[in-house]
Amino acid sequence: MLSTTIIIVSTLICISLIMNLLRLLRGPDLPDRILALDTLYINSIGLILLFGLYKGSALYFESALLIAMLGFVSTAAICKYLLRGDIIE
Amino acid sequence: MSITVEIIICAFLLMGGLFVLLGSFGLLRLPDFYTRLHAPTKATTLGLAGLLIGSMIYFFVAEQRLVVHELLITLFLLITAPVSAHMMAKSALHHRVKMVKHTQGQQLANTARKRQPPPSDGA
Repeated sequence: MLSTTIIIVSTLICISLIMNLLRLLRGPDLPDRILALDTLYINSIGLILLFGLYKGSALYFESALLIAMLGFVSTAAICKYLLRGDIIE
Repeated sequence: MSITVEIIICAFLLMGGLFVLLGSFGLLRLPDFYTRLHAPTKATTLGLAGLLIGSMIYFFVAEQRLVVHELLITLFLLITAPVSAHMMAKSALHHRVKMVKHTQGQQLANTARKRQPPPSDGA
């Protein structure tokens, strides 16, 4: 039952990744694209967690934690660049 | 693993997946940027918390040890999601991204753009 649920939830997350990709391609303004990228990395954390559950190994949480940290830093850097025209002043 | 624990894990995982889907659907379908900002930063964070709680219960039962990494990721996301949403809203204000017509308090966008406090009514 658990493996079936994991496959179903992975399908749901893949559909939402496709929706984010559509918004990333379509997005009329730059902040829309940043928001789509932000949501993309958060959803990919969920996908990696599900893969770790499927394999039954706790090794994949390290990569999820790394993606969470680097994703936040990159979002903050892009927003800062849009706001001020510079990243480190 | 008993069937009860499995049902609980499956319920958490399904809830998480549905909330993640809901957040991305809102990101795709809502009318302007400021309404679109709500869907991924609220619904997706809740959905990911559901996924993380499910996997925490699984590893707690399967390997008989407390895995703290999930709690760490949940805490990190709960802290960083409002901060990044605030920064994206600031940059959207700065770039004068269009709002829907019925947005209330549109005159406040100018003062927020110039980083001033809102005008007080009294005095």
